[in-house]
Amino acid sequence: MLPTRDEMRRAQEARHGAALQEKFSAAAVAVCGLGGLGSNLAVALARAGIGKLILIDFDRVDVTNLHRQQYKAAQVGRYKTDALAENLREIAPYVELEPHCVRMTEENAAGLLREADVVCEAFDDAGCKAMLAGAVLERMPEKYLVAASGMAGLGSANEIRTRRLTDRFYLCGDGISDVEEAGGLFSSRVMLCAAHQAHAVLRILAGESDV
Amino acid sequence: MVRINGENMDMAGKTVAEYLAESRYDLKRVAVERNGRIVPRAEYGETVLADGDCVEVVGFVGGG
Repeated sequence: MLPTRDEMRRAQEARHGAALQEKFSAAAVAVCGLGGLGSNLAVALARAGIGKLILIDFDRVDVTNLHRQQYKAAQVGRYKTDALAENLREIAPYVELEPHCVRMTEENAAGLLREADVVCEAFDDAGCKAMLAGAVLERMPEKYLVAASGMAGLGSANEIRTRRLTDRFYLCGDGISDVEEAGGLFSSRVMLCAAHQAHAVLRILAGESDV
Repeated sequence: MVRINGENMDMAGKTVAEYLAESRYDLKRVAVERNGRIVPRAEYGETVLADGDCVEVVGFVGGG
């Protein structure tokens, strides 16, 4: 038996406080890229009771994703938007999901992100990260951007941090560990960075603007 | 002096575009913040760094 919507809401209120839960439930957050960062931070945000998650990715689940991304072996080959939506509905059945199975570009970004209060940049490609940062920060001044750069390798967990670069631009990661040079990606360190991003989102929604 | 990524540098009078080129940043992978505001990409060439400016250049790296 699934808990009812009211039961889940009351449980969230008991943990987060009713006033804060109201803010979380009223928010729409976009997750751009559903890989190691995006799939993990989407799980954290769904559990927190964010009202609406906009999930954007064009790719399919690959066997090489399973070591760090929130998919199951049986989901290999499926679109990440479909697979993650399925997993999130199992965890948090009353979160509203808006999946878009599409490659994000400078041209379609504004339309995809229209309803988002906070945009999470969770791509793996550095050029895509910069493209989205430019699109949001230059042309969507009412939205917050929580981006990530530098979480590859087996470096110290304590190097992953959150910085606030402008009043609406937060950046998580160690800033330097490039996947091309750092020797791969490890679930724990990628999840740390995703957790930093999810936590930044919750703090922004709570009105705690400092990092 | 201009404070760039936490270091004082003798860059007053140069444009953002000149600084990025000298420092060999890949323009397709950066975001530039100056005194708390984002510098739009189209304005790198005309944005002149001034004494006392505080600049942060984010050079995005891959992985996610």
